[in-house]
Amino acid sequence: MIKAILVFNNHGKPRLSKFYQYFNEDMQQQIIKETFQLVSKREDNVCNFLEGGSLIGGSDYKLIYRHYATLYFVFCVDSSESELGILDLIQVFVETLDKCFENVCELDLIFHADAVHHILAELVMGGMVLQTNMTDILARIEEQNKLVKQEAGISAAPARAVSAVKSMNIPQQIKDIKLPDLPQAIKDLKF
Amino acid sequence: MALKKVKGNFERMFDKNLTDLVRGIRNNKDNEAKYIAQCIEEIKQELRQDNINVKCNAVAKLTYIQMLGYDISWAGFNIIEVMSSSRFTCKRIGYLAASQCFHPDSELLMLTTNMIRKDLNSQNQYDAGVALSGLSCFISPDLSRDLANDIMTLMSSTKPYLRMKAVLMMYKVFLRYPEALRPAFPKLKEKLEDPDPGVQSAAVNVICELARKNPKNYLPLAPVFFKLMTTSTNNWMLIKIIKLFGALTPLEPRLGKKLIEPLTNLIHSTSAMSLLYECINTVIAVLISISSGMPNHSASIQLCVQKLRILIEDSDQNLKYLGLLAMSKILKTHPKSVQEHKDLILACLDDKDESIRLRALDLLYGMVSKKNLMEIVKRLLGHMERAEGSLYRDELLFKVIEICSQSSYLYVTNFEWYLTVLVELIQLEAGSKHGRLIAEQLLDVAIRVPVVRQFAVNEMTNLLDTFSISSQSNSMYEVLYAAAWIVGEFSNDLEDAERTLNILLRPRQVPGHIQGVFVQNVTKLFTKLATTCLENKDVSGLIRLCDHALEKLQSFSSSNDIEVQERANASCILIEMLRSQFSKDSSYHKRTTMVALSTDGVENLPELDASTIPAIIPTLAIEIVQEMALLFDGELIPVAPKAQRKVPLPDGLDLDEWINVPPEDESSNSSQEDKDELFVSAAHNDSGALSKRRKSEELTPEQIERNRMARLIEQSHNPHYIKSSPSATEMNKQKGPSANNTSYNVDQYDNIDEIPISELSLDVPLQIGVMKRSDRYLIQEKTMSKEKKKHKKSKKSKRSKNKVAYSSSESEDDSKPLHIVNTIMDMPEGVALSDSEDKDCKFDPNDPHRALNIELDIPDLEETKGRYHEVKPAPQNQNNNSQTLINEIDSKNKTKKRDKKKSKSKVNDVEELERRNKDEDSVPKSHVKSKSKKKSKSNANTSNTDLLDISPEMIKSFAKTTLDDSISTVEKRKKEKSHKSKDTSKGTVSVKKEKKAKHHRSHSKEKKHSILESSIGGYEEAIGISTPSKEII
Repeated sequence: MIKAILVFNNHGKPRLSKFYQYFNEDMQQQIIKETFQLVSKREDNVCNFLEGGSLIGGSDYKLIYRHYATLYFVFCVDSSESELGILDLIQVFVETLDKCFENVCELDLIFHADAVHHILAELVMGGMVLQTNMTDILARIEEQNKLVKQEAGISAAPARAVSAVKSMNIPQQIKDIKLPDLPQAIKDLKF
Repeated sequence: MALKKVKGNFERMFDKNLTDLVRGIRNNKDNEAKYIAQCIEEIKQELRQDNINVKCNAVAKLTYIQMLGYDISWAGFNIIEVMSSSRFTCKRIGYLAASQCFHPDSELLMLTTNMIRKDLNSQNQYDAGVALSGLSCFISPDLSRDLANDIMTLMSSTKPYLRMKAVLMMYKVFLRYPEALRPAFPKLKEKLEDPDPGVQSAAVNVICELARKNPKNYLPLAPVFFKLMTTSTNNWMLIKIIKLFGALTPLEPRLGKKLIEPLTNLIHSTSAMSLLYECINTVIAVLISISSGMPNHSASIQLCVQKLRILIEDSDQNLKYLGLLAMSKILKTHPKSVQEHKDLILACLDDKDESIRLRALDLLYGMVSKKNLMEIVKRLLGHMERAEGSLYRDELLFKVIEICSQSSYLYVTNFEWYLTVLVELIQLEAGSKHGRLIAEQLLDVAIRVPVVRQFAVNEMTNLLDTFSISSQSNSMYEVLYAAAWIVGEFSNDLEDAERTLNILLRPRQVPGHIQGVFVQNVTKLFTKLATTCLENKDVSGLIRLCDHALEKLQSFSSSNDIEVQERANASCILIEMLRSQFSKDSSYHKRTTMVALSTDGVENLPELDASTIPAIIPTLAIEIVQEMALLFDGELIPVAPKAQRKVPLPDGLDLDEWINVPPEDESSNSSQEDKDELFVSAAHNDSGALSKRRKSEELTPEQIERNRMARLIEQSHNPHYIKSSPSATEMNKQKGPSANNTSYNVDQYDNIDEIPISELSLDVPLQIGVMKRSDRYLIQEKTMSKEKKKHKKSKKSKRSKNKVAYSSSESEDDSKPLHIVNTIMDMPEGVALSDSEDKDCKFDPNDPHRALNIELDIPDLEETKGRYHEVKPAPQNQNNNSQTLINEIDSKNKTKKRDKKKSKSKVNDVEELERRNKDEDSVPKSHVKSKSKKKSKSNANTSNTDLLDISPEMIKSFAKTTLDDSISTVEKRKKEKSHKSKDTSKGTVSVKKEKKAKHHRSHSKEKKHSILESSIGGYEEAIGISTPSKEII
């Protein structure tokens, strides 16, 4: 069984959290924080398995994670899951996201958190792996999106237009994003 | 109407949608909390509107806010509203929100039953799909009970998508409502042979999960799985099946034998690492389950170990980790085959990856020998100095002790070295939680290895001298317990007993149980010193000793801790008795000593006394000292852990009999009181003493308060009373003698400071920086072995002699004292130490799968026929069952495609009939079973047939009661669980993120540049995935 699926960025900001066992919100945040601290201090060339998260699970549970560019994908699983299998599942998940968002990046996950949830729901259901075949998954997602479009129909057009207009200034906002103060970063580099 | 709709849509355009919310939050990074609070207010307004689309939008936003850690359960009702919308778009948003914030204890779930049922039966498969996905996250026992039938119907839906989801959903239903397992099982079994591979895989998945509890139930399915394993190409499913077989083989060794061959074939043929690894794991499980008396399987072990070596040698850290993990399983049963790869495992100890080092540590247990133990321990100690994170350090410490102490210190050749290592561990790991463990080791070594005692007592004296209790809450102070005991018990080996005595008498802030041991061992040391004084006819010394000890012990006799108080008092009285023998002779002497003591300390007395007092020792004093020595005489040997249990019951003792007949159940109102006085019940009626005691128990709070005040006043006036609170004494100390009126205390502390001990405390810490003391032994041993090599020829003859003398080993050094571990254990007379462990049934109340511990007798096909055509009451024997199963596997192997259809069609109608019957009888049956699991199966069966005669009404009512039972237990479990999670929430982890974060910031300029772009090409090198996903899917 999968106990939780977490996606957060390199700074520990949650981008997706799915718990298959109930924790209240404070606890969830703590778990995300702890998991981030555990995972982020590991270098990229060490193994992708981690034991000893004290908040989630016990000795039977493992954290299996992958690090893609700016995002960590962490699965907390128990011993009935195959470690390498889950690693593959993460890969399937990310590739599916990539297909759905056409070159997925962190921004897609930020602005379409709900869509990511819907995609995940086609892979994992209630903590159990539902489907691992990417073509099947994509087909299901496509059909559901079609359904949503149908329902929206003509009445949604104005709303879409408005949100399109609102989204227009995204490039401007990207420019506005504060960059980390580079001098400091450079100072930290040691040769 | 239409106008309203248009208006609604128009308004919606200017509402904030999810994207706006996210954008807003990102633009308000500085006051995020305020912004979100404002948004929540807006959302609350939106939720009050009638338009479902507006609500839907609001709920979508709430879902996002929930991820950021805000409680949204207040909107539960609105979420349900959105869920009940007829539009798929809204429904999906509603179910998503529900899955994120509802939980099985949510009371609102009561409202959802019919709505979910409607969705499950919807024409649109995605409506049902979304409902199932959501439901899987929050299903409650009530919902499980009410919806079980609907979900079961979906299991035979025409759409594979729904079948697949329904099958997985059933597992969640079983977890919450175990009674559903019995009626649903036949259908689940059918799904194993579903035409759709996804459904098959789901069914395998569910059965794998079920088999974690009571795998015996699923043994009869082995033939089906066996067939799937040999035919399927779906790696994901194969992995699950192979894992399941791993769980089944311990129950049925014959199954294991059948499995070996196909598994070895898979190992050879597969290219998917994940599958290969699971195959190896299961082969290991099989080999463990098959008793070791099968020589022909050594080839399989070899194969496994070889493959694992390849994994461990792989550059992919993941494979290395898993290889080590699997190795540790082999180590338990086939240590020899693992030892061949010692080099590899030892190399992993230095890996940069902590996970891998931990796994290698697990294996270390089997890797040590007499020759390399010191070397390995040295490496571990080195790791410990460098390592970060208390978890890993604790683990290291534990492993050091584990490998050294295994099989009665088999590999420790030099116990002085071992003790030094232990002391170093104490100094290195002041914050460890393993203090008690080290204390036990110290005690164990000191007791069981007589030759090392002299070294031990001196080492322990130093430890007592230098060890300071840090303020952090840790358990390392436990070592003081051991140290104090050792110096007291083996005081004969002490070099300077008087110094040790003074160290023990120092006042310190230690827990009561340890202080108690201090006091007790002060008495031991005192006795020892007194005896030497007697031997030397040193009367003055003896008197001085008495007075000194008495004075110091006084302070302990008013300790907070009752144990310390009692022991201190007992010792004081003993010593006073001794002292009084001398005071009779010379009353003036006492005065002088007292004066001398309180002014100058102990130093300059001897000459004075020797001149004034004749060295005549009263005979009674001699007797007292001898008696005291007798108190602590005799060798202690370790007590076997099981000794207590093995004490035979004396004849004529009946433990179940009442010692005093319990009082008749009078009309007394509080049963608690009765319980308290069980043992004095004979005098219950009118004993004066008793009534007095009861009176004192019934003091009113006011009285208690008054008494307390009186006591406090009395104490403050009593100059001999030492203030109990440490802060008070601390303050006194700081203020100095002039500032307060309890000058006695202060004087005492001043005296203590003058005791000439403190200057000795330097030697140990000073040496540490330079070279570890334990290393000395290693070097010593190395030079020894070099010498040994030189003199090998001449030694040979000597050695053979040695071998005769101590049959133990090859690497003993002639010059070194031989360390013999005393393995005699204290056991009750006539009882032998046996290895048979009385296993306590382990029972974990927090196990979420506990409820699934149901016995399912899955009737075999033939069995079913038999039972229904000619009612066959014969019990279904487990052995028979497995026999048929093996036969079946055999036959299936030989003729894979037998005319299955024919038998199936015949069976189908029978099964239908049976299923209907089962629906009725399942509940009572499970009840019977859970109540008395050990009842024989035949019993259960007969009761089963009996129950079939009961009228349906009775069954219904019965079912209801059992249901209630089960629900209450489920709720209880919940509560326990939540408790547990609260407890564990206090873990802390050290942080080191800033550095890392900065490093990555350059990558994450949050531009629209693909994650995969950078990783698709690079991930294989960067993360080292050896198993591209294509293998599996």
